[in-house]
Amino acid sequence: MDLLAFGNTGWGDELFFATLMTVAVSITAMIIGFCFALIFTPLKLSKNKFLHFIGNSYTTIVRGVPELLVIYLLFFGGSGAVMYVASIFGYNEYIEINAFLTGSLAIGIISGAYSTEVFRGALQSIDKGQFEASKVLGLKKPFYFFKIIMPQMLRLSIPNLSNVWQITLKDTSLISVTGLVEIMRQSYIAAGSTRDPLFFYSFAAVLYLLLTYLSMQLINKLETKYRRGY
Amino acid sequence: MDLDLMINSFPKLLNATLITLKLLSLSLIFGLILGLFFAILRLNKNIFLSRFSYLYSYVFRGTPLLVQIFIIYFGLGQLEFLRSSFLWVVLKEPYWCAIIAFSLNTGAYTSEILRSAFETINKNFIEAGDSLGISKKIIFYKIQIPIAIRQSLPAYGNEIILMLKGTSLASTVTLMDLTGVAKYIISTTFKPIEVFIVAGGIYLFMTFVIHNFIKYLEKKYSY
Repeated sequence: MDLLAFGNTGWGDELFFATLMTVAVSITAMIIGFCFALIFTPLKLSKNKFLHFIGNSYTTIVRGVPELLVIYLLFFGGSGAVMYVASIFGYNEYIEINAFLTGSLAIGIISGAYSTEVFRGALQSIDKGQFEASKVLGLKKPFYFFKIIMPQMLRLSIPNLSNVWQITLKDTSLISVTGLVEIMRQSYIAAGSTRDPLFFYSFAAVLYLLLTYLSMQLINKLETKYRRGY
Repeated sequence: MDLDLMINSFPKLLNATLITLKLLSLSLIFGLILGLFFAILRLNKNIFLSRFSYLYSYVFRGTPLLVQIFIIYFGLGQLEFLRSSFLWVVLKEPYWCAIIAFSLNTGAYTSEILRSAFETINKNFIEAGDSLGISKKIIFYKIQIPIAIRQSLPAYGNEIILMLKGTSLASTVTLMDLTGVAKYIISTTFKPIEVFIVAGGIYLFMTFVIHNFIKYLEKKYSY
């Protein structure tokens, strides 16, 4: 237990902040993923063949390629791309982009592909009558989308979004390869300096279990709240 | 775009794909055995056994695969009694450590898939078997298992694809699988986009083949 003491003698506070970092990255990635999903869900459902192709390629490619490969692409390619844009504006120094941003973006792109599939499924399972009724009542398109379709879509997607959240939470362990100090990276550092990998990796596993357990409790509460009246 | 690099790296990456496929097939075989074993335990009436099986699947599904590999590869070597036992021959190899971690992980997911398949089997099939005087054992092997396999095909297909992506984590324990080689080429040439296109293309091709194979099986065994 000495190993987990807070302060300079143990790894307790470091692991605590690393856990907060994991949660922060997961939430940021989830939000980025929602933004991607909001763009790509309509594309995927579009009747226009070209737009449908774009939406479909996004989900197929991201869900068919290992997460690590996407992270390597953004990690190695990200600063190169930013430097290229900067060089157009005449800035030629080396730019290192923030590991937090690259990591969240990488995980966000992955989580976005899963969210897109969830939203698509939810939209397709909404009764056609709802769309027709809104049209018959002469509601304007943005109004009926935001006030009638969207609330139902969100309610239908909560159970599946909780799966996406679990996947996202676990995927954040992969950004440890880029050096961002979250649970996995901190355990790696602690294991290296104390030569006690078994303890620290097992402790990391416990932290992840705790996070998944707590978030499941929270999501279950949310679910019962939004299922009122159904 | 550096076309030369893409053409040059293709055979290297294809070579590494063999390791990826070896990892995938071995862990799927072990995982299926583990999954079936734990699914049966889970449905057992003995509360202790079914709780144990639930705990196994909860722990392995609730933690990242990366942690599991690291515990097995870096952590288990710390235990003195393991180092001196015959198991050490297996556990000192990153290749087998990766396979153990992947098998345990996919075994947990497979046990959940099979459990829900067993639970959704129509009770009438079993009752019909019973009333025809067929023994419990034969009902299990000849009626329950084939139906459960058919029921779980779509979910299991997804699991195979997830596992294919999971094998990329073998690169974190020094194995040169498809992702490992891709990362090596990226970090030596600093051309991430080209390598990503080739390696990603190979992965997508494998996903495509698996997806269609499962679809074919679903069609063949549909009733």
